[in-house]
Amino acid sequence: MTATLALPAPPAGLRRRASDLLYTRRGLLLLLLLAPPLLWFGVVYLGSLFALLANAFFGLDDFTGQVRREFTLENFRALADGANVDVARRTILMAVSVTAACALLGFPVAYYMARHASGAKKAALYIAVMLPLWSSYLVRLYAWKLLLAKEGAISWLAAQTHTTWLLDALLALPAVGGPSLSFSTLGTFIVFVYMWLPFMILPIMAAIERIPPSFVEASGDLGAGPATTLRRVILPLAMPGVAAGSIFTFSLTLGDYIIPQVIGDSTLYIGQVVYKQQGVAGNIPFAAAFSLVPIAVIGVYLWLARRQGAFDAL
Amino acid sequence: MRSEAGTHRAAGARPAAARRERAPRALALAAWAVIAFLHVPLALIVLYAFSAEDKSYVFPPPALTTQWFAVAWEREDVWRAIRLSFEVAAWATSIALVLGTLAAAALARTRFFGRDAISLLLILPIALPGIITGIALRSAYHTLDIPFSFWTIVIGHATFCVVVVYNNAVARLRRTSPSLIEASMDLGADGFQTVRYVILPQLGSALLAGGLLAFALSFDEVIVTTFTAGQQTTLPIWMLQELIRPRQRPVTNVVAVIIIALTFVPILAAYWLTRSDEAPSR
Amino acid sequence: MTAAVTLDSVSCVFGHGASEVRAVDDVHLAIEPGEFFTLLGPSGSGKTTCLRMIGGFTLPTAGRILIGGEDVTLRPPYARPVNTVFQDYALFPHMSIRDNVAYALMVKGVDKPGRGRRADEMLELVRLPGVGDRRPAQLSGGQRQRVALARALISRPQVLLLDEPLGALDLKLREQMQVELKALQRELGITFLFITHDQHEALSMSDRIGVFNSGRLEQVGTPHAVYNTPATRFVAQFVGAANVLEGDAARRLAGADCAMLRPERIALGPERDARASGTVTEVQYFGAFTRLRVASAGSALQVDLPATTIAPSGGATVHLHWDDGAVHRLAAA
Repeated sequence: MTATLALPAPPAGLRRRASDLLYTRRGLLLLLLLAPPLLWFGVVYLGSLFALLANAFFGLDDFTGQVRREFTLENFRALADGANVDVARRTILMAVSVTAACALLGFPVAYYMARHASGAKKAALYIAVMLPLWSSYLVRLYAWKLLLAKEGAISWLAAQTHTTWLLDALLALPAVGGPSLSFSTLGTFIVFVYMWLPFMILPIMAAIERIPPSFVEASGDLGAGPATTLRRVILPLAMPGVAAGSIFTFSLTLGDYIIPQVIGDSTLYIGQVVYKQQGVAGNIPFAAAFSLVPIAVIGVYLWLARRQGAFDAL
Repeated sequence: MRSEAGTHRAAGARPAAARRERAPRALALAAWAVIAFLHVPLALIVLYAFSAEDKSYVFPPPALTTQWFAVAWEREDVWRAIRLSFEVAAWATSIALVLGTLAAAALARTRFFGRDAISLLLILPIALPGIITGIALRSAYHTLDIPFSFWTIVIGHATFCVVVVYNNAVARLRRTSPSLIEASMDLGADGFQTVRYVILPQLGSALLAGGLLAFALSFDEVIVTTFTAGQQTTLPIWMLQELIRPRQRPVTNVVAVIIIALTFVPILAAYWLTRSDEAPSR
Repeated sequence: MTAAVTLDSVSCVFGHGASEVRAVDDVHLAIEPGEFFTLLGPSGSGKTTCLRMIGGFTLPTAGRILIGGEDVTLRPPYARPVNTVFQDYALFPHMSIRDNVAYALMVKGVDKPGRGRRADEMLELVRLPGVGDRRPAQLSGGQRQRVALARALISRPQVLLLDEPLGALDLKLREQMQVELKALQRELGITFLFITHDQHEALSMSDRIGVFNSGRLEQVGTPHAVYNTPATRFVAQFVGAANVLEGDAARRLAGADCAMLRPERIALGPERDARASGTVTEVQYFGAFTRLRVASAGSALQVDLPATTIAPSGGATVHLHWDDGAVHRLAAA
C-alpha cells in the first residue's frame, strides 16, 4: 500500500455541532422541518377557513353596508329561503347527474384499459385520458363554447345528419333546454361531464386492475356468461373505484361557478351565488354562510363514499 | 396503481400476454368513442385558431389563415396578462418548492402522532372545491383589511401548489433506500453534507417535476384567483372575461392555443421525469 | 491491549410497557484488535441492532459503547472511526464508481487528483481495476459488493462492520468471497465485525463468534469452542445439528439432566457395549454423509454416517456407540 494520506482534521465548527445536535435529537429536527410548512398552513389556510366560519355568523349593517362583527344567525335563516333552497337543490341535482353520466361513460373506457390493454398501448391510453386534464380548464371550456354555439360544429353535425329537429326538441324542454345549447342546462351538463370524465376513468381503471384475473376465470368456469360475470363479479369489485371517482366529479361540480356562468342560462348555482354575494354586493358573511352548504354536502358524500370503500381505492 | 393481480397468479400460470383477450367489438368501440369525445374539442380549438371568420363561431370555418397570430402578438393586454401569470406562478412555485420539500422530508419516513392529520392538511386546499378556498381567503383578507395585490394572489396559489411538490418529493423519498443516507454519514459526511451530496441529487428530478406541475397548476388556475385578484388580470382571468364578453374572437382562439402549449409542455415534462416513480401497472 | 470495540451493558429497547421489544438486552462484549469477529444468530436476535449501535445508526437506550477505548455512545456515525459495508451495498446511484469509493475523502476535503489516485488503489485492492468510470447500475452484484468494500476501507477505519454482505450472492460466488474477505482481513490487519445468520459461514471465517438469541448474547468463543462446548441449548441447536437429551433419557444415556450429542459422533456397531439401540425411521442421503433418524427408547436420535459407512435401510435395527467425551453437558434450560 502507498504511504498514508494525511487526512485533514474534522471541522469542529458550527455546522458540525448543529449536525450532531440534530442527529441525537430527532424530535428537534422534525420540529425544524415542519415549522415553516405548518406555520404557513396554520396561519394562511386554517386562518382563512376560520375567518370563513366566523364571517358566516356575522351580518351586514343595513345602512352602511359594512360587515357587522356581531354574532347573528340571519345568514342561516336566509339559507332556508325558497330561492336559496332552489339554488342548492339545482346544484346538487346537477352534481348527481354529472356523476352518474361520468360513471356510465367512464366505465367502458376504464374496463377496456384495465383488461384489454397492456404495455405501450396502455401507456398511450393513459396519456390519452390525461391529456385533456393537462390542457387548460378554461381552454377546454372555450372549446365547448365554440362547439355548442348556434352556428357551431354540433349544429352543423345535426344538419348533416338531419337530426336538427331532435336538437330543437331537446332545447325546447322546459328545465334543461334554452335558447341554444351554449346557453342551457343541457349544455352545462354536457360540459361538466366532459371536464370531469378523466377523474372518473382513472380510479375505476385502478380498481378493475386490482381484481385478480382468476376471479373472472373462476366465474366463467362456474358457468356464468360474460354479462353475468360483469354484473355479479366485476361491477361490485369495481365499485370502490367508482365511489372514489365520484368524489371528484361530485365535489368539482358542486363548487364550480364558471361553467354555469359561461354555458348556462340565467339560473343560479351555489358557486355563482357565493361569487356574486362577495363581489359587488360585498355581502361576505352571506357568501361565507352559503359556502358552508357545499362543505356540508361534500362531508356527507365523503362519509357515504367511505362506506363504499372509496378511500381504499384512491 | 400497483396491480395485485400479479401476487394472485399461481406459479406456472399463463403469461401476461395471453391474459389480454380480444376485446368485444362493442366495448372497444365505446371506449374509443369516449376517448375521441375527450379530444375532439381540443382539436377544434386548434382549427379555429386558423379560421378566417372573425364575427362568429361558424363551423366549418370558411377559410384558413394565420393572420390572427400576428394580431394577437400586438395585443398589449394579452402580454400583460401573460406576464402577471408568469410572475405569480414563479413565486408560487418557489414557495411551494421550499415548503413542500420540508414537509416531505419530515413526513416521508417518520411515524408520529398527527402525521396523517398533517398530510390531510396539505391536501385540503386542492381537495376542497376552489370556491371554498377562494371565499375563505377572501374572508380573511377582508377581515384583516388587506387590499388586493400581487401577493394576495401568490399566497393563494402557493398554498394549493405545496401538495403537488410534496407528493412528488414524498414518492421519491420513499423510493430512496435509507441506507444511502446512513452510508453517507458512515463515510464521514455530517447531516448537511449528506443533504447536499446525496439527498438533493436523489430528489433532483422529482423536485423539478413537482415544480413544473406547480407552475402549470398556478398558471392555469382561475377560481381561487378570481377571489383573490381584485382588479388584476392573470391570463386565465383574461380568458374568462373573453368567454363572458368576447372582444375579438379570433385573438381569443389564438390565445387559447398558446395557453394549451404553455400548460401542456411542463406537465408532459413532469410526467416524463417521474414515470419511473409510479409503480407500473401490468 | 485496549479492545477494539467494547459493549458495556448495552441495551436497545423499543416501545413501552406491554408492547416493549428488547431488541438488545444487556449485552457485554469486548472485541480484540485485528480480530475477525462474527455476530451470529437468527433474524430478530439482536445482532443487526448491535451492529447498528456500533456504527452509530441506532442509539442504545442503556449502556456504553467504546471504540479503541473512546466512549462513542452518543456520537453520530460520521464521528466514529468505524465504517460499514451495508447489506444492500448502498452505492450512490448518481455517482461514478470512483466518486463512490472516494466519497469519504471528498467530504473531508481531500483534493480531486489525490482522492482519485487513492480510489483507484482501493479498487485494485479489491480486484476491480478499471471500473472507476462506470455507474453502480452497470455492475453485477458481486462487483458492487467489492466497490462497497473499497469505499468503506479507503479511510482506514479502526473497525469494519459488515452487515450480512454475502447474503445476496449465489453459493459459488459466496464461497469465493468468503475466502477473499478472510485473506483481505489478514492482509490489512483491521478488526472485522461480521454479521450472518449462516452458521457455516461463521464457523469457517471467524476468529471468534458471538451467538445471539432474542437480544441476549448467549456465548462468545472460538468456532471450536462454540461448536464442541456450547453454553446453552440454543447455541447447541443453532450451530450445527444436535441431539439434545433431557430428563430420563439424558440421565440414562449421559448421566446428566440435560446434554448434547453431535450426530457425527455416533457410530453404528455390534449390540455388545452399545449405548443405545433402536429402529431406523428415516434415511437422508447428503453425498458426503448420510443422516439417519433412529427411534430409541422413547426419543429420536439423529445419526450422521460418513460416506465410507454403508447406511442401513429404514426399519432396520441399529446399535449406537459413542465416546464419553462426545457427550457435552448443558445448563438446564
